[in-house]
Amino acid sequence: MGQIPGCKPGLEPQAQALRPDIMVHFTAEEKAAITSLWGKMNVEEAGGEALGRLLVVYPWTQRFFDNFGNLSSPSAILGNPKVKAHGKKVLTSFGDAIKNMDNLKTTFAKLSELHCDKLHVDPENFRLLGNVLVIILATHFGKEFTPEVQAAWQKLVSAVAIALGHKYH
Amino acid sequence: MALSAEDRALLRALWKKLGSNVGVYTTEALERTFLAFPATKTYFSHLDLSPGSAQVRAHGQKVADALSLAVERLDDLPRALSALSHLHARQLRVDPASFQLLGHCLLVTLARHYPGDFSPALQASLDKFLSHVISALASEYQ
Repeated sequence: MGQIPGCKPGLEPQAQALRPDIMVHFTAEEKAAITSLWGKMNVEEAGGEALGRLLVVYPWTQRFFDNFGNLSSPSAILGNPKVKAHGKKVLTSFGDAIKNMDNLKTTFAKLSELHCDKLHVDPENFRLLGNVLVIILATHFGKEFTPEVQAAWQKLVSAVAIALGHKYH
Repeated sequence: MALSAEDRALLRALWKKLGSNVGVYTTEALERTFLAFPATKTYFSHLDLSPGSAQVRAHGQKVADALSLAVERLDDLPRALSALSHLHARQLRVDPASFQLLGHCLLVTLARHYPGDFSPALQASLDKFLSHVISALASEYQ
């Protein structure tokens, strides 16, 4: 999903992109919902799973990982050591976002430059990865991943995607 | 990308497992959509959207019935869903992006309730299926 022209998951935070001076504000409840789950996560495993699922579910994203070796099947992708290592890197920097929820634009300034100016990653892919991460959280946390908790995480992944895409604007 | 034989097998197996509970999950998906993407509530200003609302449950069942129909008519989605497309495009005038949000929340709901089944392959098949449903629903828009 996410490839119909004009259709983009996550409507409201798009408005934020038009006003980069407005920081996304997280309530105390939202921060608690985010940090409590984060504290229980195995970042290494979850990172590999998130990146792996992105490459399986949205195969065109493999274009950025041509030198990763065997990506020929879901099990090859999920078992690929380079996918796991890079996934860990990606999710570790997500952890930085969580420590700096009130200041995401600055936190991701360098990474935004890297992804936009050097790697030329379509910002739509940041939204796809964010949604894959939310799905993984649902599989790991089950009952705990209530609609309220999900809403807090959607806000976070959306804000991270916007901060990462900031250098395009 | 067309639905492969493996996609169809995974989808039918899942739907068999969900049995008569599809409506429970589509209702939860609606609740999740309203909370995570509050702008979608504008289409339901005539309904009681409080937790446990019978009206949301009724709408969830309608969505479930449409999806179950879609699973039966995978080869013929645009025609199977053309009346619904017309309804959403011409009468209800729902932004097609909203279907994506509901679709995502349905994936989240199924992942939460069936974590052991929710393999990357099933996620890919479901995502593809929902993309096709959304395409068919959007087909009468312009």
